[in-house]
Amino acid sequence: MNPVLRTVLQRLGLGLVTLFVVSVIIFIGIELLPGDFAKAILGQAATPDTVAAFQRTVGLDKAPVERYFAWILGVIQGDFGVSFSGLGALGGGQERTVASLIAPRLYNTLFLASFTAIIAVPLALTLGILAAFYRNSVFDRVVNSLTLTTISFPEFFVAYILMYFLAIKLPIFYSLANVGADTPLLERFARTTLPAMTLTLVIVAHMMRMTRAAIINLLASPYIEMAYLKGTPRMQVILRHALPNAWAPIATVIAFNLAYLVVGVVVVEVVYVYPGIGQLMVDSVSARDIPVVQACALIFAVTYILLNLAADIISIVTNPRLLHPR
Amino acid sequence: MSAETPGMAVEPPIVRRRRGFRSRAWRGLKKAPPTAWFGLIVVFLYVFVALFASWIAPFPESEATGAAFEPWSSEHLLGTDQLGRDMLTRMIYGARNTIGIAFATTILAFLIGGILGILVSIMRGWADQFVSRGVDVVMAIPALIFALMLLSIVGPSTTNIILIIAILDSTRVYRLTRSVAMNVVVMDYVESARLRGEGLGWIMGREILPNILPPLVAEFGLRFCFVFLTISALSFLGLGIQPPTADWGSMVRENATLISYGDITPLLPAGAIALLTVAVNFVVDWFLHKTSGLRDDD
Repeated sequence: MNPVLRTVLQRLGLGLVTLFVVSVIIFIGIELLPGDFAKAILGQAATPDTVAAFQRTVGLDKAPVERYFAWILGVIQGDFGVSFSGLGALGGGQERTVASLIAPRLYNTLFLASFTAIIAVPLALTLGILAAFYRNSVFDRVVNSLTLTTISFPEFFVAYILMYFLAIKLPIFYSLANVGADTPLLERFARTTLPAMTLTLVIVAHMMRMTRAAIINLLASPYIEMAYLKGTPRMQVILRHALPNAWAPIATVIAFNLAYLVVGVVVVEVVYVYPGIGQLMVDSVSARDIPVVQACALIFAVTYILLNLAADIISIVTNPRLLHPR
Repeated sequence: MSAETPGMAVEPPIVRRRRGFRSRAWRGLKKAPPTAWFGLIVVFLYVFVALFASWIAPFPESEATGAAFEPWSSEHLLGTDQLGRDMLTRMIYGARNTIGIAFATTILAFLIGGILGILVSIMRGWADQFVSRGVDVVMAIPALIFALMLLSIVGPSTTNIILIIAILDSTRVYRLTRSVAMNVVVMDYVESARLRGEGLGWIMGREILPNILPPLVAEFGLRFCFVFLTISALSFLGLGIQPPTADWGSMVRENATLISYGDITPLLPAGAIALLTVAVNFVVDWFLHKTSGLRDDD
């Protein structure tokens, strides 16, 4: 078999196994709950009957393995179960499915993440290539120390600083990103500018540094020196000779940072009161609404694993050396 | 090397008094770049404030001494928070609580990850496979998400935070410890210690640990930053260190509304977090540079 194909298939298999184990871990969460959990959810006034009814609805009266397969089959079909918030006395007895809670928010989060990615990825690549081109110049040093500082800042610090200067001192952007389902697209962009800028600042630093490092690493190799000796202009050496071989590490770092973006949205969404899935997860954790937390955790984890998997596969495919095994 | 080697006789033997720890540390410090100096001074200041919080702070930690959201004044230098507690006092106690908790968590993470890593590198075989694959899976889930999920199960409290973050973070420590310890375990002196009949504890603590210490110390700084940021993020989300304990992350959250009125007070605790992480990063950067054996060009 083609060696590249085999490596890719192996990596895919490993990814599937990881996905399975992760889903088991997330599922086990509900098993670890203390015995009087139903009381905590239903309140002190819960009668034994309502507790029993609650356990039946959640499925706690069945064997764990049976429940896992019921849950995972539901998840594959987009059915994440019923939120605790509608059960018992809390929600007035009206059932709310997890899927109905998540769907609009997932769209919002994906919107914010792609908006950020569209700005951040080209920006990081350009900055990285420029920093490698003007290596050890003032530009390089300034960009380097700036990115090192933004890497070590907590997201909410960056977020509030931007909010303070760009929305309150100079009212250019919206300080809160409260969009609804019927917000027109243009206004949606305007309202999510600040969150997207925050996330961009947080992830550009890492991506840019890795791009620069990957290109500089290659610049030391003999074929680049050859290109210089031929008299190829410097920019062309970087773009035509160095960059194609740097794609693998750059792709890895892009995928890794997009995966990081998925986690980074949690804090940023809370700062800007953006109705995304991260905020939903935080609220559900405080309310201990386990089915929603499970669903959110699963979505985050799966995205994270898939992006990392994609990065691995890209780096395998873009490495032609694997085509000619020794 | 024997003294009779012909080439050696030509050079006069350089007799150097072995420098004491203090003089060596001082020499290292004098050559440190300004960023490292900046980092060291900031870290020292933070530790000082954290240790002597109860002497420095003008008011008791969680006592309302004014009205809610008072502006900066001579009595309350940084104003008061949403319950009328002195902001400066909360900042000072926050240093103690936030740094203390992050420090305890990092130490716990290193104990778990370090011991497991060294043990596994000695035992090898299925134990190694078992632990390593488990760690792979845990690391496949983003730490913040995993922590949020576990918190929803056990409920947020300071002890739970320390335990959860320590366990999640020990996976990274484990990976590093295992990979460096693997190279040390195969050394002859470990073999001879084993043949001498030394116990497992001796081999782990006296033979392997001293030889893998430098990378672990550098990692400690980086891990501390990471833990510090994660705990602050969780506290900011209202799921970390619980009130009335003063803590920088939750202080930002509680006073965030002030920002909309153009008041920068909530930015101060956030800035305190940022400054400490930057400082620790600078120190670690310098330490890594020194221990990696790289010589400066000049």
